[in-house]
Amino acid sequence: MTNEVLGVRDGGSGAAIIDIKGEVTARSEDALMGAFSEANEGRPHSILLNFTDLEYMNSSGIGLLVTLLVRTKRQRQQLFAFGLTDHYRQIFELTRLDEAVGIHDTEGDALAAAGAT
Amino acid sequence: MTTDDESRTTPEVEIIADEATSAEVIEEIKTARDAANWAQLTGALTVGEVPAEARNINVTGRRQTGPMQGFGKMWQKTYRVSLGTEVTPHEVISEWKGKFPDFWPEGNRFYGPLTGIAPGDVALLNLTMPGRLKLSTGVLVLYADEESFTFMTPEGHMFAAFITFSAFEDKHGDTSAQAQVLLRANDPLFEIGLAVGGHRQEDKFWVHTLDALASHFGVTAEVDTQVVCVDKKRQWQNARNIRYNSAIRSGFYMMGTPFRAMRRSGR
Repeated sequence: MTNEVLGVRDGGSGAAIIDIKGEVTARSEDALMGAFSEANEGRPHSILLNFTDLEYMNSSGIGLLVTLLVRTKRQRQQLFAFGLTDHYRQIFELTRLDEAVGIHDTEGDALAAAGAT
Repeated sequence: MTTDDESRTTPEVEIIADEATSAEVIEEIKTARDAANWAQLTGALTVGEVPAEARNINVTGRRQTGPMQGFGKMWQKTYRVSLGTEVTPHEVISEWKGKFPDFWPEGNRFYGPLTGIAPGDVALLNLTMPGRLKLSTGVLVLYADEESFTFMTPEGHMFAAFITFSAFEDKHGDTSAQAQVLLRANDPLFEIGLAVGGHRQEDKFWVHTLDALASHFGVTAEVDTQVVCVDKKRQWQNARNIRYNSAIRSGFYMMGTPFRAMRRSGR
């Protein structure tokens, strides 16, 4: 059994990074939204989701990401993702989340796209 | 979190795990844990064998849509019923998957594979709408495991949505069954429809479904409904979705029925 562990750190130049470890399911809602609130304390213009240590995600997890996307749009922020395996990239394409979230291979690429480097 | 890792591990993964030594294999295991639960990525939707009476005029060739592709306000609607302690979440989902159409309100048909609901399946829906319109659309089974399954809707459906059916043990130790719809109306016409009775009809539909599911397990309980407007903004850039509107296309199809019958009879 794995619980999700979410870390929040400053990516520099107006970007905040949420490190996702473990699982993203319906049970992750409080942790994910809490991390999002923490990430917003520095009023970043971009939020980057680090999926490098993602172990499991179900469809409720995708629903949470959609809700997160709405929140970032409401605050006129950009949402990026990096560190996705091929499998989860396919999930983003299947659910068409890739049309709304900028997907990059590495943290550096995502930060560059966010204009933070 | 009380997830059952073992139940999600496929036999192939177990074999790989025995020989796991390299980081590459470990990575493979990590991704494979939920790989079998998701639909495989395809291009446009295709429909398998369905009964002759099932209309497929709004599904084949369409793409799946989620709330990001829709037009209207975004809503999260949650319908939940408690089923007591006599049944487990796995038993609920197994029955729900296997007999999914049986729990729907009369006049609405779900034409899915006879084997039940599995990731990647595409089912046709013939729904009774106001004005005796028979609306033809469908769903893609996006995800399915032992605790939940999720549909995604095709272009032209009333909603651009994820519809997730799940069962879980609640804080009182009872098993609850839940349908949760994360949706936007797909186009301006359906957005108007939602405002003038569509929401009420949608709520009645899922309350009936959960009532029927509870009755199946011998339970009489009130269905709890929770509606949250997640995003009040409409996505005007998606207003052109109306070109696929399944109500308009179904209406034209119904009007053409006499002419198709005449052509078939050679008159």
